[in-house]
Amino acid sequence: MSEDTVRVVSDATCTFCGCVCDDMVLTVDLQQHKITKSQNACVLGKAWFKEHSIEERPFALIGGREASTEEGIEAAAQILVNARFPIIYGLSDTTCEAQRVAVAIADMIGGNLDTTTSVCHGPSGIAFQGVGESTATLGEIKNRADLVIFWGGNPAEAHPRLFTRYAVTAKGMHVPQGRKDRTVVLVDVRRTASTPVADIFLQVKPRSDFEVLWALRALVKGKRVDPSIEQRTGISLAVLEDLVARMKSCQFGALLFGMGLTMNRGRHFNAGALLALATDLNEFTHFVAAPVRGHGNVTGADNVVSWQTGYPFGVNFSRGFPRFGPGEFTTVDVLSRGDADAAMIIASDPASNFPQPAIEHLKRIPVITLDPKTTITSQLAQVAFTTSTYGINTPGTVYRMDNVPITLRPAFESPYPGDEQILTGIRTRVHELLGGNRLPVDTSAASL
Amino acid sequence: MAEKMLLIGGRSSKQGTALCAGKLGEEYLDVTSTVEMNAEDMARLGLQNESRVRVWTPGGEAVLRCKSRETKDLPPGMLFMAYGPLSSRLMTGDTAGSGMPLSKNLDVEIEPVRDGGLT
Repeated sequence: MSEDTVRVVSDATCTFCGCVCDDMVLTVDLQQHKITKSQNACVLGKAWFKEHSIEERPFALIGGREASTEEGIEAAAQILVNARFPIIYGLSDTTCEAQRVAVAIADMIGGNLDTTTSVCHGPSGIAFQGVGESTATLGEIKNRADLVIFWGGNPAEAHPRLFTRYAVTAKGMHVPQGRKDRTVVLVDVRRTASTPVADIFLQVKPRSDFEVLWALRALVKGKRVDPSIEQRTGISLAVLEDLVARMKSCQFGALLFGMGLTMNRGRHFNAGALLALATDLNEFTHFVAAPVRGHGNVTGADNVVSWQTGYPFGVNFSRGFPRFGPGEFTTVDVLSRGDADAAMIIASDPASNFPQPAIEHLKRIPVITLDPKTTITSQLAQVAFTTSTYGINTPGTVYRMDNVPITLRPAFESPYPGDEQILTGIRTRVHELLGGNRLPVDTSAASL
Repeated sequence: MAEKMLLIGGRSSKQGTALCAGKLGEEYLDVTSTVEMNAEDMARLGLQNESRVRVWTPGGEAVLRCKSRETKDLPPGMLFMAYGPLSSRLMTGDTAGSGMPLSKNLDVEIEPVRDGGLT
């Protein structure tokens, strides 16, 4: 086949998960508009590239009727400007450039802005604000870490290349033999595909992560821990003492934690205990902690929303300035309370992933969706845009889970517009309709 | 007779690959409607692989297919299922002021579904 029909794209980036591996070599069939080979990709990446070809779908659906993207933009803008409590949600599977426009729209309409972080590592974000973060890039972990502790996650199935590219078998400057130079610990409530990778497996009792972490903190500080800790947590004092000795004597330790901590009872207290443990250990050696992030640009969403509003997620603009309110302005809460009267969902599927009370409210209000695929949320949308896929068709910037920005190298063009293009159109039309930012409702008279 | 168990929602390789093919696809719906259960628990409840069970919480309920796991992989009294529309039905909207609904270590009740109705 000629170069007209086949293209090879090297150093392309996989945006399936937060590893954002940027060493893909993609073979593209330009006539079929599909990726036929994805060298270096893990099983998830191979599926990601294989399944994102060009599907024959309408550019937009308005009330189930086929429409152009321009008609969709007009309908979406009308919904947003006529709503009193519009929400914008999702954003973890799109570029930073698109995220930036979404923040501008939320500001303009005095709406509520939230990302999938709130139902992912949102509690970690809360914990960062409470206790701080001793962190590092994945490159530092690859080159330096001789003790790696995975807590409450299953990277073998959710982030397969985290092991091979960065944290377990990867050879680094100060760990030249890779796996042989590292001690790997896994903490979980059950055995998973990740367990065989570990030298030490701590099977903690469910809902006892906080107690284990607090006991480790006490031991690091030289405090006495009662042997009854084993009855509560399933981990004996001797095992905890051994782990503490390893943590204090390593050259560079890393705690990589998953949603086993944040989606569990204790939420941000669990994450905060782990972050505090990492900080404590810096009295003895170099120790870092970092959340293992799920979606390809969920970390970018945190960064963009933070640099534009001062807060990472759960932000409300209804008073004309950004306010941060986990539990108040996070989307599950806003929907479950029945507060929102319109929603724009960008690259996310809350009608599939949210609790039932939130989904029920989503069904009652006009919804706008931007997604390359048909989803349960797009099926209930008043306005559903078909978009190109970021990273495969759309260029832009994404942030790896360690906050390193990476430039995307698309494989082939899509006839569908990207999220940024559609959102820019909506922003322009909203600006025309409102004549600028919506002024906050003056409630001072009512309060007298 | 219903039993109380602990349900852990999470990711799996199959869920991840099926997700790419589309959330309305047969494979995704299949993998997200399967619950893994301890083999001894299944035997006690008279269940086999592919048997159906009803699982419920104060938030909602779902009918799922069973898949057996050995005790060393999944302790008695613990269930695992991949995230999806059915696992979401079992969550409640309460986030305890955090924004995060609980989806791991959920207290659930479970009972077999026999042909012709619930037992």
